[in-house]
Amino acid sequence: MAIKFEKVTHVYSKGTPFEKIALNNINIHIKKGEFVGIIGHTGSGKSTLIQHFNGLLKPTEGTITVLGKKLNDKDTSLKEIRQKVGLVFQYPEHQLFEMTIFKDVAFGPQNMGLSKEEVEARVKEALDMVGIKEDMYEKSPFELSGGQKRRVAIAGVLAMKPEILVLDEPTAGLDPKGRDEILTQIQRLHKTLGITVILVSHSMEDIAKLVDRIIVMHKGKVALNGAPVSVFEHVEELEKMGLAAPQIMYIMKALKEKGLDVSTNILTVEEGAKEIASILKKQK
Amino acid sequence: MKAGEDMEKIITSKGLIYEYYTHNDKGEIESKHRALDELNLEIQKGQFVVILGHNGSGKSTLAKHMNAILHPTGGTLLIKGMDVKDQKNLWDIRQTAGMVFQNPDNQIIAAIVEEDVAFGPENLGIEPKEIRKRVDESINAVQMAEYMTHSPNLLSGGQKQRIAIAGVLAMKPECIILDEPTAMLDPVGRKEVLETIYRLNKKENITIIHITHYMEEAIKADRVVVMDRGKIVMDDTPRKIFSQVEKLKELGLDVPQVTELAFYMQKQGINISTEILTIEEMVDEIWQLNSRK
Repeated sequence: MAIKFEKVTHVYSKGTPFEKIALNNINIHIKKGEFVGIIGHTGSGKSTLIQHFNGLLKPTEGTITVLGKKLNDKDTSLKEIRQKVGLVFQYPEHQLFEMTIFKDVAFGPQNMGLSKEEVEARVKEALDMVGIKEDMYEKSPFELSGGQKRRVAIAGVLAMKPEILVLDEPTAGLDPKGRDEILTQIQRLHKTLGITVILVSHSMEDIAKLVDRIIVMHKGKVALNGAPVSVFEHVEELEKMGLAAPQIMYIMKALKEKGLDVSTNILTVEEGAKEIASILKKQK
Repeated sequence: MKAGEDMEKIITSKGLIYEYYTHNDKGEIESKHRALDELNLEIQKGQFVVILGHNGSGKSTLAKHMNAILHPTGGTLLIKGMDVKDQKNLWDIRQTAGMVFQNPDNQIIAAIVEEDVAFGPENLGIEPKEIRKRVDESINAVQMAEYMTHSPNLLSGGQKQRIAIAGVLAMKPECIILDEPTAMLDPVGRKEVLETIYRLNKKENITIIHITHYMEEAIKADRVVVMDRGKIVMDDTPRKIFSQVEKLKELGLDVPQVTELAFYMQKQGINISTEILTIEEMVDEIWQLNSRK
């Protein structure tokens, strides 16, 4: 088990007029190697939730177990947990600060007290994973495009060799090409390294394309939890929660309602095109 | 395009150039970049224009010129006839063309929502009664009335962005430039912001210049302008722009999912137009294809 939440509650500004229950009695299990998507409208508790994954926030009540260690145990080293749970925040490129790309990515592993050789090996490996070539290493991270900057920032987390990678809206503000680049890399990382990946996103299309399982947060609770096809079936509920299904599902549903015999278990545009084309050809 | 000559032009850009330099450690000039490359653009009052382009294509640089945050290296840019190069026009330009940025955290300054929205009109020296009216209207327009007396830093990113838009609205601008205002919002937050700006455009006749990476947001625009390397490379109605699927992908862009579906269906050997933008149009089209068999 990678992450286990038992009856976790988090209350902000407790005892003040601004008291707000951000997480309300949450139970979550995430298995090792799973690719999980978390969706929810702004303010639903997603960001609060993921900040509990590596102990940045402590629960007001309940127990969190990460990679077999209880976070509220005195013996649990939060430093160790934070190395194993890599958190990529929104707009991670704002956290770039070094003179060169190489130094920026090296910052984390250096702080882990690794040897110079090991640091160098890890930096190269991490930058390679996100598709940044060696001739870029000595460039300033601030000269890069938005998508490249973000990939360097992600490499900084990967260089820590996390067992769990958590990404909070990694594609926000990127153009479609940059978005596809990042998502392809994340998908590859999940497949080749076999690490647990948790992706927070507002893009239902991205989530539908990538994840094994979706957790839907609403008002600090887990509202839905399951495979993409089964979660996106609840279109009306999702819309009430400020969310949506991928556009292609609306098209398939509308066609079905009109009487065309298409499958509605379709998550991507490519699948949809094939399905519709096969129906149209069948009747020739 | 509608007869341009009679309509008032809110934005006129002729041969607009913007260059900047990168410096090395010693402060010497290392290289020169041209972010805007002899760009020509006219926008008529009342238009809803969406600007698309990959990161680094010059969209934000152009937007910052429209608000006189950046000044051209060459060429001219007029906002309602006012030259952005002339310092004395600065405040009139900013009142005419208000700007909303991507990150709402950098735009909110006051400790209470209504005070934040009142900041602009207060600086214009408007009467308190009128300020109160404008603040209420603006906050209602972005559907944030219940947060009127809250502290902005306790709001979510999406809510903050709506407050930032209200702050610009309270200045009663003729034109609003929005630089990726929806990048951080959830689907419904995005829809609310979009509905708000479309409503402002239709009802108040406010010119909207909307920069976005979400292709869906351009479907209902009057006009889509595509930028690449500091130039305008496409300029047409959304339908004409998005039907050019391959060209857009070459430019690092995308098309709405509906159009993409048509594109993939063509690849499957189905004779379908890519000039389809909405779900309803797509369903009708497929239905007709099916009944012709």
